[in-house]
Amino acid sequence: MPKEQQMSVSVWRGGATGAFQSFDVKMEDNQTVLDVVAWIQQYADPTLSYRYACRVGMCGSCAMMVNGVPRWTCRTHVNKVLKDGHMEIGPLRNLPVIKDLATDMDPFFDKWIAAEGLHHPTQTRDDPIETIDPANAARVEINAGIECINCSVCYAACDTVAGNPDYLGPAALQRAWSVYNDSKDANKQAILDAVSGVGGCHNCHSQGSCAVHCPNDLNPMNAIAGLKRETARNFFKRRT
Amino acid sequence: MRHGHRTHTLWIAYLLHRISGVALALFLPAHFWVLSYALNAPQKLDGFLHWAETPIVKLAEFGLVFLLSVHMLGGLRLMALEFLPWTSGQKTAAASAVAASTFLAGIFLLRAI
Ligand code: HEM
Ligand code: SF4
Ligand code: SF4
Ligand code: FES
Repeated sequence: MPKEQQMSVSVWRGGATGAFQSFDVKMEDNQTVLDVVAWIQQYADPTLSYRYACRVGMCGSCAMMVNGVPRWTCRTHVNKVLKDGHMEIGPLRNLPVIKDLATDMDPFFDKWIAAEGLHHPTQTRDDPIETIDPANAARVEINAGIECINCSVCYAACDTVAGNPDYLGPAALQRAWSVYNDSKDANKQAILDAVSGVGGCHNCHSQGSCAVHCPNDLNPMNAIAGLKRETARNFFKRRT
Repeated sequence: MRHGHRTHTLWIAYLLHRISGVALALFLPAHFWVLSYALNAPQKLDGFLHWAETPIVKLAEFGLVFLLSVHMLGGLRLMALEFLPWTSGQKTAAASAVAASTFLAGIFLLRAI
């Protein structure tokens, strides 16, 4: 039998302050970064904290920094990220660290609400269901945004978030753009007001890190550009 | 390795835009100050222009026009990107902005020497 292959994995231990701890992990043929983290927790150190749920890229809870890049760990294969038999796994950037690899996602979700990324109903449950034409331009604009799994990878990739803790961030703004384009939404002005404040869409420098790293190939930068256009149009409309 | 999330075209375009913007802001006061000689002390301006003939200053001028064209094309790129609803191809736009500014500044350099 060939000799067992090992990789060396540095894992963040602690909270906001802490250090990377090195583990030797057995290589398997098919192995995700999440598998590696789970292996360490089960066989090397049961006190390691991390978060996951679905393991198939749907729930958005397993994102971590892998070699300095935010990734969904359950769908990142080890052989894609391993460099000279080594990799570094840390907690998601731009969020408070609870312990080890688990971050506090509250600021991320609070900003969805702050961006008015919530439904403002036009009708009640007693009204008949409104038909939406799937080919309608505004509906087509939403196609990408509704695939968001709230993983916060884009939020971790964004340097504007890193520089301005009030910035709503790519995912929340993309959500606001989806709701804004929803013909069933009753308060578009509230959305435009929410996304044009201090932490709003105009902070974005179109660096595009959100679009590069989104595991679902979404493009929050495009959505933010849409909000910039609509807020600008609204600004001139209001003045005339 | 820690900043692996930044290694892509648009981030580099952003970095160029910021560096060129800040450099322009630092340079412009000096530029206007020298121009003011034309009104207040024409003989001083002549002396300055004479000095400006030296190769090192020519090189600096090349850098300046380069900065301005990088920044202007980068700025136009951003405005085009954000105010026209693109679907994709932004990277191509970023790349062509850099390419075109290199080209413009290259022409200037060739004319200067
Ligand atoms: C010549 C004097 C100029 C100076 C001193 C200057 C300076 C700056 C600075 C410091 C920034 C901030 C960069 C950043 O936020 O990353 C900036 C941004 C910007 N500039 Fe200029 N600029 C000049 C000319 C121009 C021109 C001619 C254009 C367009 C044709 C332009 C378009 C822009 C745009 C669109 C931004 C936003 C960039 C972003 O969101 O990152 N600027 N400028
Ligand atoms: S495009 Fe805007 S939102 Fe996306 S990473 Fe860059 S600054 Fe952040
Ligand atoms: S936009 Fe992409 S990266 Fe951002 S939270 Fe949604 S799925 Fe994750
Ligand atoms: S565990 Fe659900 S997306 Fe990775």
